Amino acid sequence: MLLLQCPWCGDRSEEEFACGGEGDIVRPLVPEELDDRAWGDYVFMRRNEKGIHFERWRHAHGCGRWFNVARSTVTHEILASYQVGDDRPELPE
Amino acid sequence: MRQAINRLAEGGRIDRTERLSFRFDDEIMYGHPGDTLASALLANGVRLVGRSFKYHRPRGLMAAGGEESNGLVRLRQGGRAEPNVRATEIVLFDGLVAESQNRWPSLRFDLGALNDRLSPLFPAGFYYKTFMWPANLWPSYEAVIRRMAGLGKAAKSGDPDRYEKKYAHCDVLVVGAGPAGLAAALWAGRTGARVILADEGTELGGALLGNGQQIDGRPGTAWVAGIEAELAKAANVRLLPRTTVGGYYDHNALTLLERVADHLSKPDQGQPRQRLWQVRAKQVVLATGALERPMVLANNDRPGVMGAGAVQTYINRYGVRPGRRAVLFTNNDSAYRVALDLAQAGVEVPAIVDLRAQAPLGWRAELDRFGIEVMADRAVLGVAGRNAVTGVQIGKLNAAGNGVVPGLARRIECDLLCLSGGWTPSLHLLSQSGARLRWDGTPGCFLPGEAHQAVRVVGAANGDFMLQDCLTLGAGAGKSAANDAGHQHRGRGPRKPVAAVEADPTPPRPIWSIPGPGRDGRKSGGKAFVDFQSDVTAADLRLAAREGYHSIEHVKRYTTVGMGTDQGRTSNINALGIVADALDVAIPQVGHTTFRPPFSPVTFGALAGGQTGPLLDPARRTPMHGWHQANGAVFEPVGQWHRPYYYPKAGEDMAAAVNRETLAARTSLGLMDATTLGKIDIRGPDAAEFLNRIYINGWKSLAVGGCRYGLMLGEDGMVFDDGVTARLAEDHFHMTTTTGNAAHVHDWLENWLQTEWPDLAVYCTSCTEQWAVAALCGPNARRLMASLCPGFDLSAEAFPHMTWQTVAIPGVLEGLEARIFRIGFTGELSFEINVPAGHGLALWEALMAAGEKYGITPFGTEAMHVLRAEVGFIIVGQETDGTTTPDDLGMGRMVSSKKDFLGKRSLSRSDTMRQDRPQLVGLLTDDPGHRVPEGAQLIAGNNPAPPQRGLGHVTSSYHSPNLDRTFALALLQGGRGRHGETIHIAYDGRAVPAQVTAPRFLDPGEAAK
Repeated sequence: MLLLQCPWCGDRSEEEFACGGEGDIVRPLVPEELDDRAWGDYVFMRRNEKGIHFERWRHAHGCGRWFNVARSTVTHEILASYQVGDDRPELPE
Repeated sequence: MRQAINRLAEGGRIDRTERLSFRFDDEIMYGHPGDTLASALLANGVRLVGRSFKYHRPRGLMAAGGEESNGLVRLRQGGRAEPNVRATEIVLFDGLVAESQNRWPSLRFDLGALNDRLSPLFPAGFYYKTFMWPANLWPSYEAVIRRMAGLGKAAKSGDPDRYEKKYAHCDVLVVGAGPAGLAAALWAGRTGARVILADEGTELGGALLGNGQQIDGRPGTAWVAGIEAELAKAANVRLLPRTTVGGYYDHNALTLLERVADHLSKPDQGQPRQRLWQVRAKQVVLATGALERPMVLANNDRPGVMGAGAVQTYINRYGVRPGRRAVLFTNNDSAYRVALDLAQAGVEVPAIVDLRAQAPLGWRAELDRFGIEVMADRAVLGVAGRNAVTGVQIGKLNAAGNGVVPGLARRIECDLLCLSGGWTPSLHLLSQSGARLRWDGTPGCFLPGEAHQAVRVVGAANGDFMLQDCLTLGAGAGKSAANDAGHQHRGRGPRKPVAAVEADPTPPRPIWSIPGPGRDGRKSGGKAFVDFQSDVTAADLRLAAREGYHSIEHVKRYTTVGMGTDQGRTSNINALGIVADALDVAIPQVGHTTFRPPFSPVTFGALAGGQTGPLLDPARRTPMHGWHQANGAVFEPVGQWHRPYYYPKAGEDMAAAVNRETLAARTSLGLMDATTLGKIDIRGPDAAEFLNRIYINGWKSLAVGGCRYGLMLGEDGMVFDDGVTARLAEDHFHMTTTTGNAAHVHDWLENWLQTEWPDLAVYCTSCTEQWAVAALCGPNARRLMASLCPGFDLSAEAFPHMTWQTVAIPGVLEGLEARIFRIGFTGELSFEINVPAGHGLALWEALMAAGEKYGITPFGTEAMHVLRAEVGFIIVGQETDGTTTPDDLGMGRMVSSKKDFLGKRSLSRSDTMRQDRPQLVGLLTDDPGHRVPEGAQLIAGNNPAPPQRGLGHVTSSYHSPNLDRTFALALLQGGRGRHGETIHIAYDGRAVPAQVTAPRFLDPGEAAK
């Protein structure tokens, strides 16, 4: 069970959170300009990283806020935890 | 009655002054406090304790701890009965009742033992190979296999005991209270760090309780008592005996099962039977010890073949000698100390058989004193006796260890064979934590490799088998773990314990399978077991290798080696060695199996904890719930809500009640509790813009005081939720959602507001539970409302359909106003009256009283479903299934062309534009009395035999008293273009003809607006 750092509430146990999958997916500003493939990529296609995965979590049973996490999918190490809208932090190699 | 013939006159950690009586099968016996069931059985001379899983071979106890594979019994009776409990882990109490398992009619005479004689018919993979065909016989095969499968029998009645869950945080969790774990806990505890020390056993001390070793010049048990006394006094240390750490999860989260009252006949008043802990530790120290492996040789499962270390524990800890005349067979040094302990306990020890060419020299003088012969470079080739060991056959192996040198055979009579095939560090938990294991050929075992979590491994688990190393390295690990958790020793740490000096070990000689005593070494001479619990032999493993199973993960699944409740504690390494030999590769190339939690079986009771019966799931009830109950409502679960399903009157069945309720709502007046509808308060200057992006239709044009029906989609264009939203003010909306989807919708809104559109100033607040809602409908609804709100203009002109107003209801809401919405879900003239939740019951009762003259009829969810389907209103999740677009439902015209909204672009993808998509239609069966089941498939022809191309399915199906016939809604491919056609509804081998219609069966007319 992961120990996640909510940027608002601090270290809390995974059971308080809901995972929102891959992060940093930006909704196209003018969807009508996209062809079927490009729109389909946005809606359906997701990374399946072996290594560092940037993902979204929500402190569902806490403050209710969404935030971003960089997590190793191999060791589950949490390398960073940051607020929505912040730039991706520098990660150690 | 049995006598305790094998109980030693003195010694051990048992209290001989008190007698505990217990029953095993039909026999009453006695033991003492300090005994386990296993030690008490051995003391009473009981050798046969169970029958094996597959061959029903007679089995005796092999071990003294959690690695026991044979001595599984059914403990206690009635609702407290528990199958497959290890006799070695059952603390004896007065009145204990246990039964042997897997035998019929009795343990001594078991018909299933025929399997052993027929064993050539049951090779590895027997089930896979045999029951392949013909397929139609599988049900009869299955019935036989199911009867044969499994070990114990579960209790049939409810468990009367209580179980608990507990959460804890600590700086250092120490797992295992042997010498290394105790040293670690002591050093960590002295820093002031919060320490939890957990151990499976009743007593702390681990191996020191049974091996007679000395520390600081006194018995190891005295050292343990001193440490325990200090730890028990320390406020920052929590001792958890009888507690198994069974799961090691991410970020140092571990689960512990504390057997609070398992050592008692029943829990004391208020005491739970077991407690499941979830611990988050900053640092973990694993001092989980090592387990002794048996040797794999012919008939190594006969009662009287035991682990050498186990025998030592029975003598030193329990004061029991497990036999009268013992032979030891070893490939390492540890059996020598056991031989001396046996001799000192008065057991005759004719020989130690040592696989190694050079036996260790240090023991010579003491062995000579007891006349124990050391037979170096020899092996025990086979065991004689069936229900008990009567002797062993000894010979010399060739240099490779895979054949027998002829002419040197010898037989020794004995009733006990002690095996020591080397020690396997217990690394289950470490492996669960994600750490790698590395093979070390010298001790012949896996050792800790690279760790992924904050964990240290000490003692025998780390391959440090010498007591001094356990103490020194254990202390060091405890100290550094505490340091890393932010705690330092003030001043000096505790004094370093010193163990009695041990001789340097002579390296072991690992031979994974001893060749049989047959003349050329090929004839087996009997089954050589690797996994005793799953009945897997060396021959089974070699067969799997020959058949092409080269990965140990595959061998495991094919032969079931290591798949018992012991998780291969004693069998894993031997199995790896045998497979590696058979494939002629090194052990690391075969790999090792993955250890998964839990380390030991966990009862369902502990997993459930307090969440049983009415506490299984939270129940949500409306303020009117008590009234519904008092008036005979039958309830239906909708998510966690309990909603009235229907209100049967005396003598009515469900169909009659639903018919009556449905009729009343159309002909006079119906009342439904709609409190459970999801309600979200949406506020902020950008609220209208926000709704515009969420819903498929436009919201900016909605006037204050107006209501509008909306559909929301996922980005894939599929319908996600629907409901009516009202504009309370320019910047303020009241959204309703489906009952079951309210939380998801709220999450959905927050998701977009927080992550994609943080520039929108909008705030969403759930107010589902703040408002009680009574939905009034029927031709007399306006008349009733007029009597409740005198002087208020309720005319269709002043208060039209799809608007809302705040209204005073004198006598019900003093000083408050209700929000009344002119909306409904039945197509009839409707008022949805929202009042603060605390006034819900008063409102309901006032409506019922005032409506009496109109025959007001409360109706439940089933009548509501019929009413809404009659007028073609959909239910999201019933008419939709996550692949349904607005156009599929016939609501394509709602889609706004003037704006973007979530999911819009997906509606113009090639797949969502297809003309042959399933579309919502009505179905009227040719037989008006025939009601088809929901979910039934639609087909073209009248022959239901497979194979068929499905054209869609029935989504809703009811009997309507208003139509005086049945009707259904369905999703049918290209359905909108097929009105008037006949299709067939296939189920139960029939094809029911039905006419396709528009999905609207009844029109209440303008008066209902």
